[in-house]
Amino acid sequence: MIKLNHDSYPDNYIRGILNTVKTIAMVGFSPNTSRPSYFVFKYFLERGTRVIPVNPGHAGKEVLGQKVYAHLADIPEPIDMVDIFRAPEHVMPVVEEALALKPLPMVIWMQLGIRNNEAAALAEAAGIKVVMNRCPKIEYGRLSSEISWIGVNSRTLSSKRAQILPGGVQRMGLGSGNGNDKGKEGDG
Amino acid sequence: MADVERTPGFNTLAIHAGAKPDPATGARATPIYQTASYVFDDVEHAASLFGLQAFGNIYTRIGNPTCAVLEERVAALEGGTAALAVASGHAAQVLVMHAMLTPGDEFIASTKLYGGSINQFNHSFKSFGWNVVWADPDDIGSFERAVTPKTKAIFIESIANPGGIVTDIEAIAQVARKAGVPLVVDNTLATPYLCKPIDYGADVVVHSLTKFLGGHGNSIGGIIVDAGTFNWSRDRKYPMLCEPRPEYSGIVLHETFGNFAFAIACRVLGLRDLGPALSPFNAFLIATGIETLPLRMQRHSENALAVAQWLSQRPEVAWVSYPGLASDKYHALAQKYVPKGCGAVMTVGLKGGYDAGVKLVSNVKLFSHLANIGDTKSLIIHPASTTHKQLSDEQKTKAGAGPDVVRLSIGIEDVADIIADLEQGLK
Repeated sequence: MIKLNHDSYPDNYIRGILNTVKTIAMVGFSPNTSRPSYFVFKYFLERGTRVIPVNPGHAGKEVLGQKVYAHLADIPEPIDMVDIFRAPEHVMPVVEEALALKPLPMVIWMQLGIRNNEAAALAEAAGIKVVMNRCPKIEYGRLSSEISWIGVNSRTLSSKRAQILPGGVQRMGLGSGNGNDKGKEGDG
Repeated sequence: MADVERTPGFNTLAIHAGAKPDPATGARATPIYQTASYVFDDVEHAASLFGLQAFGNIYTRIGNPTCAVLEERVAALEGGTAALAVASGHAAQVLVMHAMLTPGDEFIASTKLYGGSINQFNHSFKSFGWNVVWADPDDIGSFERAVTPKTKAIFIESIANPGGIVTDIEAIAQVARKAGVPLVVDNTLATPYLCKPIDYGADVVVHSLTKFLGGHGNSIGGIIVDAGTFNWSRDRKYPMLCEPRPEYSGIVLHETFGNFAFAIACRVLGLRDLGPALSPFNAFLIATGIETLPLRMQRHSENALAVAQWLSQRPEVAWVSYPGLASDKYHALAQKYVPKGCGAVMTVGLKGGYDAGVKLVSNVKLFSHLANIGDTKSLIIHPASTTHKQLSDEQKTKAGAGPDVVRLSIGIEDVADIIADLEQGLK
């Protein structure tokens, strides 16, 4: 496992996570359609990722067809990644809950503006990959080139075509990052 | 696994940033997406786009894939997080202030600015209730003294047009930081090749793309670059960014878009509602121009220095204002902020006064007599008989456009031909 300073992350580290994760538990999820957590929830659902909302205040409700759970421990299936939308001081209990899961999640992700080094160290000691102060939707948009449509500096250069995802012309894929994806999936 | 990812150099970014092969066709040159609108994948996709929940294209007033290539390229060259290209440099300044100020607010601006900016700030902006307070970049204390509780921004130029004035960006950035307001730097004359204001504390960079970035005098355009450095929420002073926006059912832009929220605010509030969109064709020409920016700026600077040195030896010339000259007042600042060269623009004082200025612009054959800078071609203007004609002699002198002043924008022709033209023109 690489030692990260958590100020910056190699693109391949982030791409690897986003290409691997199939199930995300979203702690601190808000069903308010104007909140960042709802944006991320909807975005990954549209890309075929399983996204499980977690919020004790909304437990039992359904949002976009997904059941909201009160706690991580209540989710009856394995989780690849825990995405945390809670203030830094509330992160540690969430990480402790995640560490009690069996099997362990592969990734703990703290949203844009959220960083808790102590919690990160605890998770890393258990072999879990950690990302802090990033948004997975923005990172997906950046590495897929989708975010370039809104003038954002993706900090990526390539002489290869970006990959268009099936199901629409305005959805792009991440590719493997080695430039051999040829943009053929779902073209046209 | 921990492979080190290369950070591309400036020349590479100038060519490649923003311009991957077109995903739809594989076209290697950037396609000109000359379209007003874009079909939605389905109703849900449309709703996501309008709600800012998905990345994508809706309508060219808000975004366009050709303009986006230009935006990402300039953001990368300036070291910013994002950019927004608009119809002109003036439009860029309108959108920046629209996102930062509410009526009754103030911003501090350098007295050493492009004359068009001085007009815009003194008149049009005041009619919006955005009140400019002027400060002198040669006296940093004048910026400190201008700060009031209503101050929302500080605006300067890195190299000021037309006088060849180099601004102490870092010193003014400190004033801005202390005041808790963003520093906006117009980097048109220097371009990011010569100076990157973000490295010295700028929070927002603006450009007239018409000048050196486009570089060929063929397209009007402007751009806003978000450095991603300013905390818009800390003092709750910037409601466009830190408050729920009624235009988008309560979204808080800073919280949602993080370190590129300012560029998004300029796009989804300013550009969407005020409307100064850039034509995709102009974006194509400007983005193509930027591919050769490093080569052009190098040659512009070399030619301009040679011309400035030659002019300062001429009997007809009273003075030359160009920070590349060792004797120049701004030479020390130039060595710090623009060490690779001082760009193309200089002002020259002629001993023969007004008549000598008129004679020179009439006599030149290679130089074009027109109101622009930053073309591959050498350009000349005599402000006293053209752009500043309506002012009194005293006002002209104060504006750096006295009767004896000629402004040159040195092109990238052979420098011997440029000098020969000035020589025959001065006779």
